[in-house]
Amino acid sequence: MADVVWRSHGRARRSTRTVRVSVSAAIVTAVVLAVLVVPPLVQLDQQAVDLSLKLRPPSPAHPFGTDDVGRDLLLRCVYGLRVSLLVGLVAALVATVIGTAVGAAAAAFGGWTDRLVMRLVDTFSSVPHLLLGIFIVAMFRPGVWPVIVSVALTHWLSTARIVRSEVLSLRSRPYIDAAISGGASRWRVTVRHLVPAVVPQAGLAAVLMVPHAMWHESALSFLGLGLPAHQASLGNLVQTARGSLLAGDWWPTLFPGLFLIIPTLAIAGLAGAWRERISPRRRSELML
Amino acid sequence: MLELDAITAGYEPRTPVFRGASLSVAPGEAVGLLGPSGCGKSTLARVAALLHRPDAGRVVVDGEEVRGWRHRAPRHLRTAIGVVFQQPRMSADPRLRLRDLIAEPLRATGRRDEATDRVAELARTVGLTDDLLGRRPHEVSDGQLQRACLARALVLRPRWLVCDEMTAMLDASTTAALVAAVETYRDDHGAGLLAVGHDRVLLERWCDRTAQWADCVEQQPGA
Repeated sequence: MADVVWRSHGRARRSTRTVRVSVSAAIVTAVVLAVLVVPPLVQLDQQAVDLSLKLRPPSPAHPFGTDDVGRDLLLRCVYGLRVSLLVGLVAALVATVIGTAVGAAAAAFGGWTDRLVMRLVDTFSSVPHLLLGIFIVAMFRPGVWPVIVSVALTHWLSTARIVRSEVLSLRSRPYIDAAISGGASRWRVTVRHLVPAVVPQAGLAAVLMVPHAMWHESALSFLGLGLPAHQASLGNLVQTARGSLLAGDWWPTLFPGLFLIIPTLAIAGLAGAWRERISPRRRSELML
Repeated sequence: MLELDAITAGYEPRTPVFRGASLSVAPGEAVGLLGPSGCGKSTLARVAALLHRPDAGRVVVDGEEVRGWRHRAPRHLRTAIGVVFQQPRMSADPRLRLRDLIAEPLRATGRRDEATDRVAELARTVGLTDDLLGRRPHEVSDGQLQRACLARALVLRPRWLVCDEMTAMLDASTTAALVAAVETYRDDHGAGLLAVGHDRVLLERWCDRTAQWADCVEQQPGA
């Protein structure tokens, strides 16, 4: 009896998960297609200003309405998503590479190197990372690269911790002993046996970091420190829409907001499913 | 000679697993070391394979005293000693196919071009088919994996072999096959063997002489 109850419960959970994964996958596919296909196919200028059309509510001609200088918001949102996604992907990738390298090096060398590096990680972690990000971005002129650098430099810490603990637990396995006995150098052991073993974990951390990095880009742009104001990014769109929101125009805020929330939730949903696959005991949680 | 002289070793500096263990193996000789579970014989095997730094004592390999352990041991000393562990699952990198697993020491020491021939030769010695060589560790049995681990230990033609409970996880026929493979190798290369285990019958039939753990150590804390 208990067995039957348990099984039906399991099946119910599995099917909710399947639905969540398929919806997330569909959204991510749609987003990727939109940002890749729309700009080359639709020969419309997202920067085209038409003051006679300013702040029009959604209509068949402009499904998302227009902004305060008459630019089409649907087009701006797609371009903004493109920039935000690019920033998110590159920043997550750079952060993961830094984190993996630092974590693996700390664990592989051990001793003083490890202690020094990990205290450095603790020090960086003790500063709120948005604050640190603002500090880094403020040193450069507004642009895509400073934002990427700022997000990447503040987000490798957790990956370094994950990779370090993983490598530490692997280091004492007999197969590492066997490799040492077979004449492998420290470098060889690290790149041949240790790093490949942490790639799934690091890859997962990278994917989970993409939505997080997108939110950081938006936060920095919203604060006026991120991308230059003319460049469509989700953060910039929300920032420029702030004034019109007070006047009761809801669409310039709502649509970029949804464009930020829905794709990031979808990516996080996919990453959550992946995490359940590689470490089934941990329940999926949203890491934003 | 492979000499272990008054070795004290363990994992906590103040509470070593054993004190003053001494044992020596002459070239071409097979020595069995018998001891109860948990006495520290595996730790001594790791010291002999230069994989664990002892707290005190000397290890001398072919007249050269060992000054560093693990990566700090010179490569020619590390590779002079082949080592086979008890649990094949834990001793094999799960991402490598058996073929690559066996060839890995050759690649790590820059002798890549010998790999194909040497792997084929060893596969015959330990009894692995071509099909098995193309599989990953999770696709073979413990016995098949242990055959590959033995082949890996032999691939660099070590002058010494350290087998730590090599056959404890295996059935009788695989045990016989692995012991036969070790003996073939020793006949061809005149290598010395230190076989650590708790199976008196096996070690007494396999080795030239067997040593009792209690006779090798000066003092066993808690004993």
